[in-house]
Amino acid sequence: MDRRKFLRNGALFGCSAAASPLFAPIAFASAPWDNRLVVIILRGAMDGLDAVRPVGDADWAGLRPTIGGLPGPDLTGFFALHPALAHLMPLWRAGEVGFAHAVSTPYRDKRSHFDGQDILEAGVASLTGGQRDGWLNRLMQTVPGISAETAFAVGREQMLILTGAAPVSAWSPEARLRLSQQTRSLMEMVLHDDPLFRSASAEALAIVDSIALGSEADDVAADLADSPMMAGVTANGDHIKLAEFAATRLRGETRIASFSIGGWDTHQQQTGGLTRSLTALADTILTLRAGLGPVWEKTGVICMTEFGRTARENGTRGTDHGTGGAMVYAGGALRGGQVVTDWPGLAEADLYAGRDLLPTRDVRAHAGWIMRGLFGVAGTVIENAVFPGLDLGADPGLVL
Amino acid sequence: MPFDPTLAAIRFGYGLSPGVAPPASSASMLEALLGPDSAAADWPIPTYSTLIPATRNLRSLTRERTRARNADNPTQLAELASKVSALQDANRAIKVSTFAHTLIRGSWSADAFRERLTAFWADHFTVRAAQGMLQHLVTPFVEEAIRPNLAETFPQMLRAVVTHPMMLSYLNQNTSVGPTSRAARGGRRGLNENLARELLELHTLGVTADYGQDDVRELAELLTGLSIDENGDFEFDARIAEPGAETLLGTTYAAADSLDNIHAALDNIATMPATARHIATKLAVHFVADTPDSGLVDAIAATFDATGGDLMAVYGTLLAHPAAWQPTLAKVKPPVAFITSALRALAVGPDALTGLANGEWRKTMERPLRVMGQDWEKPLGPDGWPEDAAAWITPQGMAGRIDWAMSAPEVLRPDLPDPRQFVRDALGNLAPDAVIFASQAAETRAEGIALVLTSPAFQRR
Repeated sequence: MDRRKFLRNGALFGCSAAASPLFAPIAFASAPWDNRLVVIILRGAMDGLDAVRPVGDADWAGLRPTIGGLPGPDLTGFFALHPALAHLMPLWRAGEVGFAHAVSTPYRDKRSHFDGQDILEAGVASLTGGQRDGWLNRLMQTVPGISAETAFAVGREQMLILTGAAPVSAWSPEARLRLSQQTRSLMEMVLHDDPLFRSASAEALAIVDSIALGSEADDVAADLADSPMMAGVTANGDHIKLAEFAATRLRGETRIASFSIGGWDTHQQQTGGLTRSLTALADTILTLRAGLGPVWEKTGVICMTEFGRTARENGTRGTDHGTGGAMVYAGGALRGGQVVTDWPGLAEADLYAGRDLLPTRDVRAHAGWIMRGLFGVAGTVIENAVFPGLDLGADPGLVL
Repeated sequence: MPFDPTLAAIRFGYGLSPGVAPPASSASMLEALLGPDSAAADWPIPTYSTLIPATRNLRSLTRERTRARNADNPTQLAELASKVSALQDANRAIKVSTFAHTLIRGSWSADAFRERLTAFWADHFTVRAAQGMLQHLVTPFVEEAIRPNLAETFPQMLRAVVTHPMMLSYLNQNTSVGPTSRAARGGRRGLNENLARELLELHTLGVTADYGQDDVRELAELLTGLSIDENGDFEFDARIAEPGAETLLGTTYAAADSLDNIHAALDNIATMPATARHIATKLAVHFVADTPDSGLVDAIAATFDATGGDLMAVYGTLLAHPAAWQPTLAKVKPPVAFITSALRALAVGPDALTGLANGEWRKTMERPLRVMGQDWEKPLGPDGWPEDAAAWITPQGMAGRIDWAMSAPEVLRPDLPDPRQFVRDALGNLAPDAVIFASQAAETRAEGIALVLTSPAFQRR
C-alpha cells in the first residue's frame, strides 16, 4: 500500500499501539531522542507587531496611535514586550524565551485563516500540490524507532501538523472517562472479544489513570505547586489543561507535543482581546516550564501563527489580516534572550503591499534549525522531506 | 445468500429502532429510493441556492461596515455591526438546524439507505466552507447537488457537484484563470490545478489510475471558466476560460470555450473503467469491509461499466451480492453515524434535538464529535473522512464515545429506557450474551445504556 493510499484509507488520527490487556499500564517504547519539542499553533493570526513591539522604529508609533498605548517591558532597546507578556521577563533574562520577528510562511495575499493554517501545518509553500500530511508527522516518518507515544496531539482540535502516515497519539484532556469500578469491569467484559476496541479502551483508561495516579502527573503537579512563577497564573483555562497534560506526557516517553491556542483574530478592540490571548500564551509557557521540571532543560517550545496583521491599526482599534509576524520560542534547550530578525522597517515603502510587515525570513527555516539542533536531523532531510523545497539558509542560532 | 432485515438495517442503514421497522427486502430498499423523499419533506433542509441571497446581503453589509469604520462614523458603524451580527446568528442557527435535521432523518427514516447514500456521496465529494461566511452552506450544498442525484447516474451527479459554487470555491476553481485568456491579458492571476487534480484523483479515476501531470494541467485549462457570479450563483465566465483545444486521457476537446465542452469531458471521465473501479471499491469499502471481497468490487464495477454509471443498477448489484451479507460486522461506525444510530435505537424524539439551546448543542454534539475525531463538516482535506476502523477506534476516539454514551442519552431522553429492553431494541437477535449480561448488571440505567452503546456489537456495522 503506498503512502497516499494509506492516508486516504485513513490513518488520520494515528494508530493505537500494540494490543495490551485492559487496565494494564501503557507499554512505552524507547524514544529516539532525549530532547523535547512543543509546537503551539496560535490560530487566528497573532499580531506580532503588538506582541513584540518595534518601539525603536520611528514609524511604529504612528501606525499604532491607540492600540500600542500601555507600555511594556523593554527587551533590546529597539523591541519592547506587550505588557501582557511581562510575566515572561524572568525567562527572558534567564535566556529561556526569545522571539523571531518579521517571519511568515510562504503564504501570501489571500490572507484566509483556513488556507493560512493549512499551509502553516502542512509546512508547504502551496496547497495545490496535494500534500495532506503535516510537517511534524513527516519529521517522524524520517526517523526509525518511533512509537505512537513519541508524538502527542493534545486537545480536541484536529492537528493537521501531526497528521500523516507515522503513528502518533492524540488525547484531549476534555475526555474524562469517569467510570465506576463496576462499570469498568462490565466494559472489560463487553469489549473483551474485540481486540481493536479492547486495546484502544485500555490505553484510554491508562492515560486517564496516569493523569490521576501516574508518577509523571504527580511530579508535574508537585512542580507546578512549588513554582513561584505560577503565582500569577489562573489555573483553570483550557490552555493550562493542555499544557499540564503535554508536560505529563513529555516527562515520560513522549518527545513531541503539539496543541493550539485560539483567540488571536483581533479585528476590533485589540487591547482587550490581545491582552487575554497573550496572557494565556504566557501562562501556557510558564505552565510548561514549571510542569516539565528538570525536562525543561531539554525542551524547545515554538509558537507560530498563520500570518501577521496589518501594520496600521484599523478604524475599530484593531488590526486586519496581514503577512509578516512574530514567532515566540522558549525552553531550556534554546538560546533565548534575543529577538532574531532581519528587520525590514515600517516606512510606507518598506511594507509588504503597502500594508503589512514584510517577512524577511521563512518561519519554517527557524523551526527547521530548531529540529536540526534538538534532534540532529540532517539539513537535507528538513529541506527535502519535512519542509519540501525550503532553503534553510544561515543558522539563526536558536539552539544552545 | 439470504437477505437479513437486521443486517440490512445495521449495514445499509443507521441500525435498529424500536419505532421504525427494518427493511423487508433488497427490492424494497431500492424501491424506496425511487419513491418520494419523505424524510426530506418531513425534515426540510434548505438548498444552497435559497440561502445564498442572505449571504450576499451579509457580504455587502460587511463591506459597508468597513467603510463606516474607515469613515469614523460610530452611529452607522454600530447599526451595521448589529445587522451583521444578526445575520451571523441566523447563519449559525441554520448550521445547527441542518445538522439536527440530518440526524433526525437518519434516526427516524424508514428509508435509511437513502440517508447512508447521502452521507457516502457527501464524503466522496467533500467540500468545506472556503470562508467563514459560507460555513452554514455545506449541508445545503449536499441537499442541492447530491441528494437529488442519488438515484440518477454518476455522470449527472459529477456535473452537479463539480459546477457547484461550494466545490468551485473550496478547490479554488473560481479563481483559476486561463494563462492566455482575456482576463489573464488584463493582469489577473493564473491557473489553479486544485480542482482538476482532485477531480481525477478523488472524484473519478483514483490515484492508482494511469494519468499524469499533463492530464491534470490540460484538465485544469479545460475547467477554466467555471466560476461564481456576484450573487454567489454558478456562472460560466468566458473571460477567464483558456482558449484553444485541450487533450487529456486520449481525447481532444474542441477549442470552443463553453460549458458544453466541460460537460463532455466530465461525462467522458465519469464513465471510464478506472472510475468504475474506483467508485465500486469505495462503495464496497464503505458499506462492507475495509478490505472487501474482490468479487464484490468486480461485480459493482462491471455494472457501472455496462450501464454508464447508472447508480440504481450499481446499488442493485451491491445489495444482490452474497459478500454484502457476510455476517461479520467488519466496519466501525464513524462518530456521526455512531451518534445517529444511538439516537435511532433510543428513539430520541425530534423535538429533543431541535429544542436544544445553542450551548447545549455544542456540549452534546459538536464538542463530543471533535473529541471522537469527526469535527462536523470539517474533514481535514478533500479526501474526506477515513474508512478504516483503526483510524476511529483510538484511545481518544474511544474515550469520546464512552463519555458521550455515559452522558448524552440522559440529556436527550430523560426517561431512559430499561437497559434490558434497550439491548434488544438496539441489537435485536445480534445481541451478544456479554452485552445482555452487562445491561442487566449495570448499577444505573444510564450506565446500562452506555455499556450497550459502547459495545463493539453496537459500534460496528
